[in-house]
Amino acid sequence: MIAFILRRLAQSVVVMLVVALISFALFRYVGDPVASLLGQEATAADREALRARLGLDQPIWVQFYEYIGRVLRGDFGISYRLQQPVAQLIMQRLPATLELALVSGIAAFVFGVALGVYTALNRRGWISNAIMTISLIGVSLPTFLIGVLLIWVFAVELQWLPSFGRGEVVELGWWRTGFLTESGRAALILPAITLGLYQLTLIMRLVRAEMLEVLRTDYIRFARARGLSNRAIHFGHALKNTLVPVITITGLQMGSIIAFAIITETVFQWPGVGAFFINAVRFVDVPVMAAYLMLIALIFVVINLIVDLLYYVVDPRLRVDRGAARH
Amino acid sequence: MAEPLLSVRDLVVEFPTRRGTLRALDRVSFDIGEGEVLGMVGESGAGKSITGSAIIGLIDRPGRIAGGEIRLRGERIDTLPEDKLRRIRGKRIGMVFQDPLTSLNPLYTVAQQLIETIRTHLDVSEREARERAVALLDQVGIPAARRRIDDYPHHFSGGMRQRVVIALALAAEPELVIADEPTTALDVSVQAQIIDVLRDICADRGAAVMLITHDMGVIAETADRVAVLYAGRMAEIGPVRDVIKAAEHPYTSGLMGSIPTLAQTADRLTQIPGSMPRLDAIPQGCAFNPRCPRVMPHCRTDQPPLTPRAQGRQVACWLYAPAGAAHG
Repeated sequence: MIAFILRRLAQSVVVMLVVALISFALFRYVGDPVASLLGQEATAADREALRARLGLDQPIWVQFYEYIGRVLRGDFGISYRLQQPVAQLIMQRLPATLELALVSGIAAFVFGVALGVYTALNRRGWISNAIMTISLIGVSLPTFLIGVLLIWVFAVELQWLPSFGRGEVVELGWWRTGFLTESGRAALILPAITLGLYQLTLIMRLVRAEMLEVLRTDYIRFARARGLSNRAIHFGHALKNTLVPVITITGLQMGSIIAFAIITETVFQWPGVGAFFINAVRFVDVPVMAAYLMLIALIFVVINLIVDLLYYVVDPRLRVDRGAARH
Repeated sequence: MAEPLLSVRDLVVEFPTRRGTLRALDRVSFDIGEGEVLGMVGESGAGKSITGSAIIGLIDRPGRIAGGEIRLRGERIDTLPEDKLRRIRGKRIGMVFQDPLTSLNPLYTVAQQLIETIRTHLDVSEREARERAVALLDQVGIPAARRRIDDYPHHFSGGMRQRVVIALALAAEPELVIADEPTTALDVSVQAQIIDVLRDICADRGAAVMLITHDMGVIAETADRVAVLYAGRMAEIGPVRDVIKAAEHPYTSGLMGSIPTLAQTADRLTQIPGSMPRLDAIPQGCAFNPRCPRVMPHCRTDQPPLTPRAQGRQVACWLYAPAGAAHG
């Protein structure tokens, strides 16, 4: 178990180093940082001085080494546009994105699994068919369109929910949460649906397919032949086996939810890191782009690690065999 | 005659398909007595497994029982609603499947699966159920049962897993165990052990066994009586010794002739020409008539009834049908 975790951690470090290299290359080759900082009227001497001060006259590997060092200390440089530390700017916006992703992720998983199990168990019912048909729409409609439609129906026509922003937020230390106010929670609903709908339908279809597969297996047949109740068979035996592959996909989807919150955040003017990133791209704010890249990579790596550990918890076959088979 | 434990009468199982209804079982009748071991043989597709599934009400959809009746100690069980049938499955009729590698849920320990089964049917505490489970594993010959009970199925070899499956089938002390090719998926070297375990543990508890197999050797050594199925119909049924020594149905004799023995040294085993018809192409009359060496004209037109013979034997063949029955 510990060897397994260590191995996965080592792999994660390698992944992060590669991402750091790419993000470092962004700095180095997307535009000239010296030109960006000094503007056009600077003299050649000024440029050389700044170049030396920023360490840009050092060999490339020394620069990379120092970049890694700065990143590890949480120093991602200064935003060109806002002239503030990037780390601080991102930390201000991260809670908004994480809260949105968390709510839509949990909703997608809970409803996805529930509907998937329902449609698998009542395969021929008309409700199941209706759900499956509607889910096709969920899979095929682009996110921004769903967002716009929701705004039109619930914010413009019915005026039940706000169309943009986070509502009132409460500061818990540096974490600004929208969970604690009514307007904050109301503002969360539409973006969360928009962001989670695709994942929900994906999880639902996956759960349904896996569940149908599992229900055909010999051990389910044997469980029936032993006279176990339908409840025990469906939710004890079948669902647990269904969840093994579902966990992986869901985990990866959680990463995507955070990474692709960009569109939803733009549509709803949600003050998170996704919208922040889009603005950074517009103004070629390279330090912000580089930091965002690192952040998303880190989130993916961490989620992957958690998924692997969950796998380990759920599937006993991995616990011994992996270690034994590989050595 | 005492009431049989299980009585199957004129059982018909059909599978509706796009091109018409297929009869997987056509008026199959047999009894299993208290504590008796009935061997059920036949080629693949003859309907052996479907007979087993029909008895515990687990025929895969869209298949269904289309006629006949199944009685357990006189009580009809083929018409019971699902929740009542469930109390018979596992509790009164245990089932052992072919492949022990896939019969056990990989995500639960052997203890969890045994205890769940025991507590579904018997009103005992968790601790008592665990004690019973350990005792069961011990009886099916799993060494160090108390230590191994908390292992997962993948920790056991194929033979050991089949022992676990047998323990599971017997967990609630059923009166009848249906073993559907319990050794087919196993290594030859452990087949005999598994059959011994199954026979001994059932004999111990007085449970009857319906042993489905295509291995005549296993039948000869284990069963009291043998039933021969052909194309979903009962060809012959009777005490094992009699049927093996003096098969009456030409199909059974062909089957016996195709078994290698040490006593005979033959270059070629006898074989039955042709193959069993598919369910959608069963010939009129006796299903065996195109392959039968002793075929007679009315074998091609009329289906022979299962006719009682001496020593409690029954055979469905016009060679033995009472005169006049053919055109009755």
